[in-house]
Formats: sequence, structure tokens, C-alpha cells
Amino acid sequence: MTPPPRRERVTVVANEQIGPYTLLRTTRGEVDPGVPGQFFMLEAPGRILPRPMSLCLVPTGELAFLIDPIGPGTQAICALQPGESLQVLGPLGNGFRLDVEQPLLVGGGIGIAPLPFTSQALARRNGGTPPPAVLGFRSAHHAEAAALVPNAEVCIEPTYVTALIPAGLDVLACGPEPMLEAVRAQCPGSQLAWEAPMACGYGACYGCAVEIDGELKRLCIEGPVLAA
Amino acid sequence: MILNASGCLDALTAPNVAAALDCFVTKTVTPLPRGGNPPTRIAETPVGMLNSIGLANPGIDEFLRVNLPELAALGLRLWVSVGGFSAEEYAASCALLDAWPEVEALELNLSCPNVEEAAESAAAIVAACRAATTKPLWAKLSPANWDIAGSARAVEAAGADGLSLINTIRGLAIDARTNRPVLSLATGGLSGPALKPIALAAVFQCRRVSQLPIVGMGGVRTGRDAFELLAAGATHVAVGTTLFADPGAPGRIRAELQVELERNGFTTSAEASGIAHAPARA
Ligand SMILES: Cc1cc2nc3c(=O)[nH]c(=O)nc-3n(C[C@H](O)[C@H](O)[C@H](O)COP(=O)(O)OP(=O)(O)OC[C@H]3O[C@@H](n4cnc5c(N)ncnc54)[C@H](O)[C@@H]3O)c2cc1C
Ligand SMILES: Cc1cc2nc3c(=O)[nH]c(=O)nc-3n(C[C@H](O)[C@H](O)[C@H](O)COP(=O)(O)O)c2cc1C
Ligand code: FES
Repeated sequence: MTPPPRRERVTVVANEQIGPYTLLRTTRGEVDPGVPGQFFMLEAPGRILPRPMSLCLVPTGELAFLIDPIGPGTQAICALQPGESLQVLGPLGNGFRLDVEQPLLVGGGIGIAPLPFTSQALARRNGGTPPPAVLGFRSAHHAEAAALVPNAEVCIEPTYVTALIPAGLDVLACGPEPMLEAVRAQCPGSQLAWEAPMACGYGACYGCAVEIDGELKRLCIEGPVLAA
Repeated sequence: MILNASGCLDALTAPNVAAALDCFVTKTVTPLPRGGNPPTRIAETPVGMLNSIGLANPGIDEFLRVNLPELAALGLRLWVSVGGFSAEEYAASCALLDAWPEVEALELNLSCPNVEEAAESAAAIVAACRAATTKPLWAKLSPANWDIAGSARAVEAAGADGLSLINTIRGLAIDARTNRPVLSLATGGLSGPALKPIALAAVFQCRRVSQLPIVGMGGVRTGRDAFELLAAGATHVAVGTTLFADPGAPGRIRAELQVELERNGFTTSAEASGIAHAPARA
């Protein structure tokens, strides 16, 4: 069902600033974009290990990643300029189930990264109408990225996104761990995209272990999207 | 031949990567199941990575019941890495694995920096395992041991058939934001490029005192790295950390190694093994 991951050297097409984030657009080559919520391992130039990134958008013939430059790896990736190239491996892991009745996208901060692609995929299943979304950000500057997600209601701290979630919808969420914990408590049955440090992304290193059903399991294999 | 370093590949989640190796080595299996250490378990540094996975594995019984049949079905040459906390524990696992014809050899992990040191000496463990199995035994030694050549001699005398050199060496990373250790257990095993000179020294010193075959590993990223381990005295090469960034590394390194061998006037790895020990040409 999901296409096999593929490793390929792709070329940067554009490097756009969106608030504090970078939208990095690359050629797609033979790489399959996969399902929204799946991820790719991106080479971080000059670093030992690649970095996991959600696919944000799938412009024709391109892949686009929304990246928060928080440390050496993400900063090295965000510094890539058009014409420069990097290795990508993917798609990896399990994405969102899209066969839901009444989807609501919930995102916090850089966690909105997979939601533009998710919104498009859900719209395609629903005669072109994108699902509603609620997005939370730390500042108005960060909230500039909300423009990537159609049909979105936006809040800025100290208002939290959980205050905007109506009852009874099928939540697909990605964001920082405290947000996901709050969504899990509030919305049983939601689909949550988690994060963990990852060295390989394909089950080789056991570095990404998180507690799932009381056991330590590899998030890159069991997730990153897990049922609440 | 080119192998994976134990704990750096799961043939069941990446069968194509494993198939590109000459032989697959499992993650270390211990007598009892281990969930491993709590997260955070990995950290990157500019010169390598740190891990404190803590030998996460299903335990020998579950491994024999579930994993080994699945691995055997892949049709790969297969080594099993064995760990434990006493010579008896190692020997008991070896005895169980002895019954499996699919298992070509056993690697004894005598050197994991993320668990308490086995109380007994490496040689005592090898001797106990030797009595428990007829399969070839590869002793994996720690570079933290200053007298690694002495250990090599001791495990050879105790019945080891080969040496696996080297395991990781203890390291620590401090988080730039919190100023606390990144890893939950503070320290972890350093692997990757920083390990290469340490691996070369270990292989070189062990080759001086022992003619056992050696799987050299530590920081191999290119065919040249593999060639240098052969030159120092290795007969085989394993790739670990490199697999995380490049699952295509086995095929790439094999091709690069062939070019490097030919550039140096050799046709096979065996011819290049140990050449660094020859007197310098005038
Ligand atoms: C499946 C998956 C998908 C991801 N998708 C995206 C994405 O689309 N866009 C994106 O920008 N990031 C994404 N991430 C997170 C991204 O991979 C990490 O931020 C990155 O690996 C950090 O590397 P670094 O070297 O820049 O920083 P590091 O040196 O690893 O971290 C720098 C500092 O930030 C802290 N830190 C680490 N991770 C985070 C985090 N997520 N948030 C806040 N602080 C953190 C560390 O503790 C450290 O103090 C994803 C992660 C996973 C597991
Ligand atoms: C994530 C990780 C897990 C490891 N797990 C094991 C293990 O279970 N048993 C073992 O003998 N060595 C283990 N090692 C050590 C490697 O087998 C190898 O000795 C070491 O990483 C050096 O090689 P490299 O620099 O190519 O990675 C592990 C290394 C890493 C990075
Ligand atoms: S990231 Fe390596 S096993 Fe999940």
C-alpha cells in the first residue's frame, strides 16, 4: 500500500522564509510523496546524521518541507540555497488515516508542517473542500505560517489551541508533546503525530523508542502517527 | 566480506539493506527481554553519535521463537550477537543457538558500554561459550581496555575463532539549551568518524599478537576507510553508524573498496590485510 522508501539526491528549487520558518522546495525525482504524516530523512550538510522532516506540500514535480531552524542540523538544511543538493530518504513511517467522517486538523507551532499536505489530500476526498483547522502559535511572527493551511482558525499564546477544538470531530494533530497530551486527553480517538530523536528513520538504530501501550517501541516503525 | 555492525541494522525492517551485505549480524540478544534505556537515547556530536540504547532486545526465548525463524526465512548469512551478565548466561544462549543451522557464527558482545560490565573477564566468558557450542565464536572487544592486545591473546587462548574490533567508547554530550546531558543516562557509546583512529589502533595492535581473523569496525564511511582497516590487519569490515545516514552504504563501500584495492595493486581484500605492518618502502 505505502510506496517503498527511496533515497535520492534532490536539488533545492527555492528557499522561502515564512515567519521564523523556512519552506525548502526541492525537485522530486523518482521519490514518492507518500501519505500525509509520513516523513523523510533529510541530509543535514556537514552533520553525521540526517534529520526527520514531515512533507509539507507537494508542488508539481517538487517536495516542500517547512523547517524550524532550532539547532545545528535544521540550520544546516535551512542554509541550503537554490541549485544546491541534498539526499532525501522516504517516505517513511505511518501517516494519517484519511478515511474519517468529520476531519479537524490541529497544529501547534512547527507541528503544522504536515498539515498543508494533509489538508489538500482530505480536500481531494471531499469534492475540493478543505477540512477545518485550528492552529496555535507562540507569536504573531510564528503565526505567519498559518497562511499555508486553508480554512484555519488561529490562536496565539496564552490562548491554547485545545480551547478551539469543538467536540465530536475526527482530530488529526501534530505539535509539541504537551499539546498532543492535551489533545489526547480531550479527544479520544484522535490521530496524533509524535516526535522523537531519530538517527535512521527506518528501524535500524532503536534510538526513537517511545512508550506505546506500556512498551518501548520504535516510533519510526509504529508511528509517527499513533491513535490516541 | 562486508557486514553490518551489531545494533545498527534490523534485517526485518530493512531486508534490502541486509541483502546488500555479505552477512547480517543481529542486535545483541540477552537472556531476558530488555526494553532498553529510557529516551533520550541518541545524540549527535560534530564527530560522531552517542547512543545509550541499552541492549533493547526481546530476550533469547522470544528471539528463538519469533525473530530467528523470520530472519532465517530471509535466506541471509547470519551471525547472532550474544550478550549477558555472567559467563553462564552467555554460555546458556550459545547452547540454545547451537541447534540452529541457519546461524553461521556467534559474536560475543563482551564490551557494551551501556550496561554494567560483565563481572567475569572476557576470556572466562569465551571459555564457557566454547564449551557450549561448536559454532565459530567472534569476541567483540572494547577499545576502553588499554591492553586490548592482551585481551585478544587471552580470548584466543580461551577458544575464540575471531575478533570483532571495536565496540563504542564512552562519551557525553551537553544540551545547548538546558546545559544538562542530552542522554537520559548521561553517558553513551560514541560511534562514527571519531572512532576510526581508535579502531585502526585496536586492529593494528591485535594483529601484532594474534593471527585470528578480525572484523574491523568503527567510523567506516568510505571504501578508503574500509581499506585502511584491512591494511591495519582486519580481514573483514563492518559498517554501523554510516548505515543510518546512508542505507545504500554496503553496496557503495564495496564498490569504492574494490577501486581502492585495485589502485593499490590488489585484487582481493585478503591480499591487503595487514599490509600496514610491512616495513615502509624506501
Ligand atoms: C517524524 C518527525 C517529523 C518532523 N517533522 C519536522 C518538520 O516538518 N519540520 C521541522 O522543523 N521539524 C520537524 N521535526 C523535528 C526535527 O527533526 C528536529 O527539530 C531536528 O531533528 C532537530 O535537529 P537540530 O540538529 O537542528 O537540533 P538539535 O541539536 O537536535 O536540537 C536543538 C535543541 O532543540 C531541542 N529540540 C530538539 N527537537 C526539538 C523540537 N522538535 N522542538 C523544540 N526543541 C527541540 C533539543 O533538545 C536541543 O536543545 C520532525 C521530527 C520527527 C520525529
Ligand atoms: C545505535 C547503536 C546500537 C548499537 N548496538 C550494539 C549492540 O547491540 N551490540 C554490539 O555489540 N554493538 C552495538 N553497537 C556498536 C556497533 O556494533 C559498533 O561496534 C560501533 O558502532 C562502531 O562502528 P561504527 O562507528 O561504524 O558505528 C551499537 C552502535 C550503535 C550506534
Ligand atoms: S529512528 Fe532509528 S529505529 Fe527509529
